[in-house]
Amino acid sequence: MSASDARSAGGQGGLNRPYQPQGVPILDVTDLKKHYPLRGGFFGGTTGHVYAVDGVSFQIARGETLSLVGESGCGKSTVGKAVLRLFDITAGQVVLDGKRIDDLSAGALRPVRRRVQVVFQDPFSSLNPRMRVRDILAEPIRNFGLARDSRDMEARVAKLMDTVRLPRDAVNRWPHEFSGGQRQRIGIARALAAEPDLIVCDEAVSALDVSVKAQIVNLLQDLQQELGLALLFISHDLAIVEHMTHRVAVMYLGKIVEVAPKRSLFAAPKHPYTEALLSAVPVPSPGAARQRIILKGDVPSPINPPKGCRFHTRCPYAFDRCRVEEPTLNHVATALDPGHVAACHLHDRPEAENPLAIAKGAALVAA
Amino acid sequence: MASATLLSPIEAAPPQGVAAAAPMPDVLPPVKPRKGFIGFVRRHPTMAIGGALLLLMVLVAIFAPLLGTTDPTALAPARRTREPSAMYWFGTDMLGRDVYSRVLYGARVSLIVGFSVAILASVVGLAIGMVSGYVRILDSIVMRVMDGLMSIPPILLAIALMALTRGSVQNVIIAITIAEIPRVSRLVRGVVLSLREQPYVEAAVAAGTRTPSIILRHILPNTLAPITVQATYICAAAMITEAILSFIGAGTPPTIPSWGNIMAEGRALWQVKPYIVFFPAIFLSITVLAVNLLGDGLRDALDPRMAKRL
Amino acid sequence: MALLEVENLQTHFRTPDGVNRAVDGVSFHVNAGETVAIVGESGCGKSVTSMSILRLIPEPPGKIAGAIRFQGRDLLKLSDREMRDIRGNEISMIFQEPMTSLNPVLTVGRQIGETLRLHQGLSKQQAEEKAVEMLTLVGIPEPRRRVREYPHQLSGGMRQRVMIAIALACNPKLLIADEPTTALDVTIQAQILELMKDLKHRVGAAIVLITHDLGVVAEVAERVIVMYAGRKVEEAAVGPLFNDPKHPYTQGLLGSMPKLGSSLHGDEGRLAEIPGLVPSLKKKIDGCVFAGRCPKVTDLCRQVAPALEEKAPGHVAACHYAIKEGAIAA
Repeated sequence: MSASDARSAGGQGGLNRPYQPQGVPILDVTDLKKHYPLRGGFFGGTTGHVYAVDGVSFQIARGETLSLVGESGCGKSTVGKAVLRLFDITAGQVVLDGKRIDDLSAGALRPVRRRVQVVFQDPFSSLNPRMRVRDILAEPIRNFGLARDSRDMEARVAKLMDTVRLPRDAVNRWPHEFSGGQRQRIGIARALAAEPDLIVCDEAVSALDVSVKAQIVNLLQDLQQELGLALLFISHDLAIVEHMTHRVAVMYLGKIVEVAPKRSLFAAPKHPYTEALLSAVPVPSPGAARQRIILKGDVPSPINPPKGCRFHTRCPYAFDRCRVEEPTLNHVATALDPGHVAACHLHDRPEAENPLAIAKGAALVAA
Repeated sequence: MASATLLSPIEAAPPQGVAAAAPMPDVLPPVKPRKGFIGFVRRHPTMAIGGALLLLMVLVAIFAPLLGTTDPTALAPARRTREPSAMYWFGTDMLGRDVYSRVLYGARVSLIVGFSVAILASVVGLAIGMVSGYVRILDSIVMRVMDGLMSIPPILLAIALMALTRGSVQNVIIAITIAEIPRVSRLVRGVVLSLREQPYVEAAVAAGTRTPSIILRHILPNTLAPITVQATYICAAAMITEAILSFIGAGTPPTIPSWGNIMAEGRALWQVKPYIVFFPAIFLSITVLAVNLLGDGLRDALDPRMAKRL
Repeated sequence: MALLEVENLQTHFRTPDGVNRAVDGVSFHVNAGETVAIVGESGCGKSVTSMSILRLIPEPPGKIAGAIRFQGRDLLKLSDREMRDIRGNEISMIFQEPMTSLNPVLTVGRQIGETLRLHQGLSKQQAEEKAVEMLTLVGIPEPRRRVREYPHQLSGGMRQRVMIAIALACNPKLLIADEPTTALDVTIQAQILELMKDLKHRVGAAIVLITHDLGVVAEVAERVIVMYAGRKVEEAAVGPLFNDPKHPYTQGLLGSMPKLGSSLHGDEGRLAEIPGLVPSLKKKIDGCVFAGRCPKVTDLCRQVAPALEEKAPGHVAACHYAIKEGAIAA
């Protein structure tokens, strides 16, 4: 089943149909951890750790979009950078297309890098101000030896400009001559230049104005269909995520608390944090009757995360077990989709005592 | 107009009697955007003034022999300490040498020292800062050494270094350069560390760019702007340091006219013959001011936050 | 009489490339106790409008023209001293970035108390008492302890609460909130929006909310002004604006937003795009400002700037082709 089939599968059957990956996933992350040491004291010794990412596992199939959502500081961008191997991870495994990449040396890693590219959030700092568009796009092509000769290089650069709907003659211009949306298109073209299988979109549309955001979202979706790309779409914007993803993973304080196919998650969230997130997003329908869950307090510090379930300090349904025992990601019996997993003790309780047993999505988002 | 109900607003005929908005008056007088030289001066007045003054000084230094000067070292005991006049524009010193000629030739020393130190200190500081910012193992060692050097005032360090060698323009340049290097290295290191975190550098890493290429294509070009600004300030500081060294007799040898030397020689007479000190001092001040104006202008022009303003 | 009446506000800036007509002829009013939202994308002039009301635009290079009448007094005619008495007292402001708009070296209590001591002449003790009271009002737990803390000891959401406390300390009649929740996470944003709605009932200040987020507008505003390229292009009560937008720009904005819950209905088609770019404000625009991007553009639009017309009761839009409700009835 291709990506487009998954998206168009609507109606009763489609709601319950999971995205069925075939063969080896393009990306398989197991128990990924990234702890940053905190240095302090007179001798600069390690005084503690920031548990930025603390045991995260997920898979992305070929041509699939997995969205990583969560609030600032939940570790979603760190996961993206770990997948890109922009730093060494603390523990865990990152397997790209069946090949483990987290332990590769710099030399062995270089050819593998071609397959995973990135689009960053800020269209202004993501392009080198001292390089012309042509050189920005040529760099990955040259690094991976993709062009046969200089004419092939020219042709590839021109084709990339076509792909992202920019005029070909703009390759001679400098980044500052473009608007934010156009720069983001250049960033996408640079990612495509390496002919990757997977693109990490780290808040790729968050900094753009509403009307420009729609242009870039549409472009990303078109490209995914045309090129069969897999996307790791990191975002805090749930409406955009819902619009363009196949599956969603929700992160809270360095851990994934829920993973589900899109419809299953938005129609019937199975983690209290997801439920609160959905109910908190302002929707452009004035006077809509919706169930609001206003979480108390702030996200705890990742230096000293709470014992037990990390969400228990803010959870409206927390009970004794949540404070001592950390829940694991388990399949949820009441979910709309068999591929729906959540880390919450509520699902071990009888349905009558489980506020998340029913499908509440529509009431939360006023849809 | 009843037909409008059947049509979407696109096809609807314009309503009779088009309602035109009243035109808004001009609040500010119109500005004619200028390109070229006038545009540059209007956009960056400080840089233009500083650059023009500095250029003037450079021309004066280069063409000193053509500007009505005499041999600046020629002694003439018969006409010692003459007041400024049509004959001796800036007067003569206690050995009868023409102060005007000496001041103009003195510009050569100041400018050579200023430019040389600025270039040398920037190049060496850039190299040290790059290594420090990229090779984290060396960083703590290099930076502790730089901290140690920085704890000594540059002028004292330069005096100490001069004490070890013979007085010559070349040694003055080396001494001041060594004293200025720590500041540049620190700056470059800071810039490199922040550039390494820039998304475009991370994207280049993800695109398989090798480290030497990253440094050459992504890091180095983006350090040049802050380095250039810093170089102008170093240039100004070096000219002052040179003058101080010469003034206290630890710098340029007395046989070569430099502003510091002229002032040193006029020091004993400054209450009765102030012009001997006054003219070189004015030239030094104007040159340093010009370089600093140029630096401020460059900083404003190169600072992206300022450039984005409106 | 409305609390605030802005008439033909023009705020222009002198730049080397020409005069930037950031705000060019914007008129609106705010009634006592009302919440009015000004929405638009970056560069539309919404923030410049709010800064102009408080006269926080540096002159030069800026220049404000028109009239801004607050309780009948034209703020543009006041002396700097009279203006200072109004700022933070009768009109106060909340900014987007709570970290940079608080002074890092003063305690929270000092910062709240400062405005009170300045405008109401309270003693140090009275000011601190009032600061504790304000922190309680904005829902900060343990206000007695927090009042002695510094901004860096507070989280982002708490800092925004402190900002609101400072803004409300002198019981202002008008509160200008410039992107008050943009820098916050969604669950914290929900807390702050809830607080603002709650405080509105208790304090009764009118609010001018500047934002780009149509979701936030729908949550809290009563009336909405849509700005584009320095002009007001549409104004209506919140319901009609979202349910029956008249201006093609507003229609485009709403169409380009993905709706939360779209997957529940299976309506996940392409998002509507507004093609092209915002025009440069440094050139004088003949005709409609939106003509270059409008799907419904005609020669008339390119030549004649449309006036703001009442298309339905209380619903004005600047478009030659937006249907007038009255006309249909006739």
